[in-house]
Amino acid sequence: MRKLLANPLVRRIGGAILTLVGVAIAVFIMLRAIPGDQITAAFGTEAAALSPEQRASLEAYYGLDQPLIVQFFTWLGSLLTGNLGFSARAQQSVLEMTAAALPVTLELALLSIVLAFIIGVPLGMLSASRPNGFRDFFGQAVGLAGLGIPAFLLATTLLAITATSFGFNPNGLGYARLFDDPLLNLQQMLMPALVLGFGIAAPIMRTTRTAVLEVRSLDFVRTARAKGVPPRRLQIHHVLRNALVPIVTMTGLQFGYLLGGAVVVEQIFSLPGIGRQVLLGINQKEFAVVQSTVLVIALLFVIVNLLTDLLYRVIDPRVRAS
Amino acid sequence: MTQRKRRVQAGLAALGVATATALLVSGCTGTSTATPSGTPNADGTLVIGVTTDANTLYPWTTTQFQATNVLQNIYGTLTEFDENLEVVPGLAESWETSEDGLTVTFTLREGVTYSNGAAFDSADVVASLTAIKNPDTAAVSATNLASVSTIEAPDASTVVLTLSAPDAALVSKLAPVTMAILDSDDTAATLETAPNGTGPYMLDERKPNESISLVRNTDYWGDTPGLGGIEFRVIPDEAAIVSALQSGNVQMAVFDDALVADTIGASAEVAKTPQLNYHALQFNSRKAPFDNLDLRLAIQCAIDRQQVLDTAALGEGEVTGPITSPAFLSDPDARPCPEADIETAEKHLADAGYADGITIDAIVMQDGYSTAVAEAENVQAQLAEIGITLNLEVLESGAYVDRWVAGDFGAAFALNGGQPDPDAMYGRYFTSTGNLNAVAGYSSDTLDALFAAGKASNDLDERKQIYADVSKELEDNAVWVWLFTGYNYTATAPSVQGFTPLPNGSLQYLRDTTITG
Repeated sequence: MRKLLANPLVRRIGGAILTLVGVAIAVFIMLRAIPGDQITAAFGTEAAALSPEQRASLEAYYGLDQPLIVQFFTWLGSLLTGNLGFSARAQQSVLEMTAAALPVTLELALLSIVLAFIIGVPLGMLSASRPNGFRDFFGQAVGLAGLGIPAFLLATTLLAITATSFGFNPNGLGYARLFDDPLLNLQQMLMPALVLGFGIAAPIMRTTRTAVLEVRSLDFVRTARAKGVPPRRLQIHHVLRNALVPIVTMTGLQFGYLLGGAVVVEQIFSLPGIGRQVLLGINQKEFAVVQSTVLVIALLFVIVNLLTDLLYRVIDPRVRAS
Repeated sequence: MTQRKRRVQAGLAALGVATATALLVSGCTGTSTATPSGTPNADGTLVIGVTTDANTLYPWTTTQFQATNVLQNIYGTLTEFDENLEVVPGLAESWETSEDGLTVTFTLREGVTYSNGAAFDSADVVASLTAIKNPDTAAVSATNLASVSTIEAPDASTVVLTLSAPDAALVSKLAPVTMAILDSDDTAATLETAPNGTGPYMLDERKPNESISLVRNTDYWGDTPGLGGIEFRVIPDEAAIVSALQSGNVQMAVFDDALVADTIGASAEVAKTPQLNYHALQFNSRKAPFDNLDLRLAIQCAIDRQQVLDTAALGEGEVTGPITSPAFLSDPDARPCPEADIETAEKHLADAGYADGITIDAIVMQDGYSTAVAEAENVQAQLAEIGITLNLEVLESGAYVDRWVAGDFGAAFALNGGQPDPDAMYGRYFTSTGNLNAVAGYSSDTLDALFAAGKASNDLDERKQIYADVSKELEDNAVWVWLFTGYNYTATAPSVQGFTPLPNGSLQYLRDTTITG
């Protein structure tokens, strides 16, 4: 047992499970602490017109007539059997909804990270190529813009510009799934991915800059250069490869930002992803939807963190050795 | 040095290529609809941009605007409203009220079928109305049938309602889609996913949070619907709907925000329709200090409604009295202080015993509609002039609704829905047994008698007089301060013809709408 616990992977997985249980409890309590329930959310001020009998039959329908503790364990119990609950609003099980929404968000996240890398890494290397020079200043300015401009502002501005100047708004066409219409799907994803990617490009750029500067000053680089390694090879194989460790870590951390940003971006660009699913769930006070979707998001986050850990074992042999 | 330069250039080039690809890929569907006006396309599909998905497809329990708009095109009701909100025949071809007003006999339209092919008859009407009255159904319009004691069907095309007291507003109360007639063989569970109505269109496909598509019901009893199909496409952000309209991806949208409607430009025609719903400052007159008539009058006299309208809603709307329906419209100037009158306000305040001023609280909904907080802040500034300090409790909608529903407030800024018939509109608020009376915070023997008389009379002129009296009673007692009614903005692309917007926001005239191209 002690040996098993000493295995870092087992410890990580154990920690992940504990995190998920914590999230489940916290989200359950928070949802019920805020005023209003599904009935007031659905009926609005008309809820006042409901007779006590009508309200009672609706509470029974939504399962709100059960004591909180019963509601919690019913939910937890059904989670273990793979039942995430049912959305009365969408007339669909939350599992089905999530299965449809998750690919949208994952595609968006992946595309955003790729774009962030394409923008951030070269920009960081550019900045590092001559610290405090004009290029550095340019790179830093772009990075600062990426950090400073909120996603909703960038998104609405982009939308307004493309719609008024180019008469173009692919997101008004209704969402096209990746495998149904890949070209249209890509058009719809590019702008939102750019908005999200721009936000993460900034920290990637700054991390790249710092890491490259640091690695470049290390002895082995100097040795390699002295041995006559061509500069391009030196940059890619020696400097960048070693600088990648902090960049990958940073990207893993940014995944949380990505999922948070997805809520805003999916709403503005009408993408039926998991961020919008949570937002709609909150607006409609659909407890089952919010609880289960938040848990799925937490699970994603935990998995990505585990993967990040594993990934830099691959990139950096030193981590493996320890 | 040159190496480095090349590297930098390569990096920049990669960046450039990425951006260019982005623009290129996104650019290639720029032109979608050039819109020539021409002959209607009988199979054309109209795309309507909506911010929210319908929260249910079951007609009896919906209060949501988006759901009502969809369901109105799928389901039929016994009576309907025309473009002036007067009651006209629907599934009932005609009706007759007995001399004593206690029996209403409906003659049903024949040859009507549901979209699944089943025939419509009086058994469906009896089953539907009985279920709506049953509390277990939780039908929102159950109280519309409060005066109905028995529902009978002597034959397949006749339905007889026996009333406990005369109810002139009854035929009007049968018109909303929450009173839809359902096939008696259907259950709530099946109808949620497979609506089965007698309306002009029927459900084609629903993608939750994405779209609801309808197709023409070729067996519709009325004139053949003008559109081959309708798609309600969910685009959560109003600004994004505007850009979708401009780029031609969406041909129609309804906005309630003047600012948004203003940004549409020439790509769509925007029709302004005054609405039945109204903005008001509600008082809970059963709670001190609002039980003091002079205090209420002081507040009414201090408020310049035009100023509230101008500052909070850019002047887009009309100052209103209690009744907003065109047929029974209240004169907004028929009140103790038609205009703001500081002197009279101060006098009332002194009479109320608050010559030195008073502090009062009001709840405001933060996220329900765009003008709420601005209205409240303007009123706050105006009341300060006579020494009344208005404390605003700005609440998230869930918290606001909880408080409002429980009547747990002194004053409340509210946007309330209107109804074409004044009894349906205010009977539930201002009669002492009304189911919203706790929220209204006021009732009186005079009002009870007036509302009873209004229901008992079938004479339109007489009813108009009665509701003018109701209106006067409400204003003279400053029960609430009615502020203004706003507009709805219906934007339609040039390719869309024949749509008539209604003051209740209904999209029922999509059945007469056509589209070219």
